Amino acid sequence: MENFSLILAIVVITALAFDFTNGFHDTANAMATTISTGALKPKVAVAMSATLNLVGAFLSVEVANTISKGLVDESGIRPEVIFAALVGAILWNLVTWLVGLPSSSSHALMGGLIGATIASAGTGAVHGDVLVTKVLLPAIAAPIVAGLAAMLATRFSYALSRNAEGKAADKGFRVGQIASAGLVSLAHGTNDAQKTMGIITLALIAGGSIAPDSDPPTWVILSAGLAIAMGTYIGGWRIIRTMGKGLTDLRPQQGFAAQTSAAAVILASSHIGFSLSTTHAVSGSVMGAGLGRKGGVVRWSTATRMFVAWGLTLPAAALVGALAESVTDLGDWGTALVAVFLVASSAGIWLLSRRQVVDASNVNEIDEPAGVITTAIAAVTPPPPSVALSEGLTATILSPPVNPAPVVKSDPATPPAAAV
Amino acid sequence: MHIDWAALGSVFGVSLGATVALVAVFTLGIVGLSHRERATAQGDSAPLALTGAYACFAACAAAVAYGIYLIVA
Repeated sequence: MENFSLILAIVVITALAFDFTNGFHDTANAMATTISTGALKPKVAVAMSATLNLVGAFLSVEVANTISKGLVDESGIRPEVIFAALVGAILWNLVTWLVGLPSSSSHALMGGLIGATIASAGTGAVHGDVLVTKVLLPAIAAPIVAGLAAMLATRFSYALSRNAEGKAADKGFRVGQIASAGLVSLAHGTNDAQKTMGIITLALIAGGSIAPDSDPPTWVILSAGLAIAMGTYIGGWRIIRTMGKGLTDLRPQQGFAAQTSAAAVILASSHIGFSLSTTHAVSGSVMGAGLGRKGGVVRWSTATRMFVAWGLTLPAAALVGALAESVTDLGDWGTALVAVFLVASSAGIWLLSRRQVVDASNVNEIDEPAGVITTAIAAVTPPPPSVALSEGLTATILSPPVNPAPVVKSDPATPPAAAV
Repeated sequence: MHIDWAALGSVFGVSLGATVALVAVFTLGIVGLSHRERATAQGDSAPLALTGAYACFAACAAAVAYGIYLIVA
């Protein structure tokens, strides 16, 4: 590794940090419904998702190559621009996590890149029509496609299974849901871990550390895979809660339809070549499945906040990216200033999040602040004799958590974000 | 501005078809299982329901395997 300058090291570390936020931001995509319907215990769900993300990262380098080869003119891009872009993306991911809203990590990254490029090379460097076809349209199409598919599938499934009740049915749908959630995790690993690999490779090329058109080096693949898996395992519990419980109430049958629809949309879109964001697809399918059951409701106030966050993702990340780029332009001390700012504001956001902790123990409760009482209830409640029995309880707010069992073995006081 | 409506349309169609088909087949499998559950409770056996259920689940497993193939390829 000759030519490995300080700025390059900073970019690589920042890219891995982004990968980490990407992981815990998107745990919800695969596992929110699995956790909220009780198909898997929260800790088991994130562990499974993390493993599959790691496996997915090693499956192919195709996405990484489209980013690092040819998408941007490698000769014109400086490592500082990539650094500024990552700062914008990371901060937006952390802010949306703090307020518990699912938003696309890819949009945040794209926004950061666009902002930093504009600040560095002017508005001419960004193509408006590409913005519409690659960002705007998919963001509108994904939730509609996934939502419609999930809604129709849920309707159909309920119509077919009118006289299928009992233990076998309930258990069956849970297993089906776990399988389709696993598929989503795997697809996420191949897509999103590779985005970071692509970014790091791009930075290495831009910094002159490796030759243009190289494949990502093995240490890049390994570290990117590990970063996203660690992020996934830490779990973005706030977002999981919004996605699993905040948008609508799901039963295993609906959760299965939602997750299957999300998997189908993600695989179809990445294969046919009209790339759609995982986050948008899953949010849409969760709402569709919610509407598909008779008497099912979608909490439109939460959904509206989420849509607003989607709309803001790109401009907000672009703004931060542009500001960061103008500061790094001032010289090495400017880059240092941005790095300090990034670390300080990440720490600040994490401290803010500690005011109201959301973790594996209270991820399935909404509208109830986590406090002494919740913890006490969770501690005294014995594990449910049969998971199936707990299903009817989900409607009442004061009911004990559906999955109190993990509380017993996991200490809620463990600082999960120490790695940030 | 070039929008690839054909690609968008086929993503829409394929997703919709695959989701509804998979969920329907899986649900049929579940219906078969719960039919057998009831039959067993009454002391009967329902070999046809069980075979049908397993056929449905095998079809779903094949779909998942194809999904993994798409991810790897």
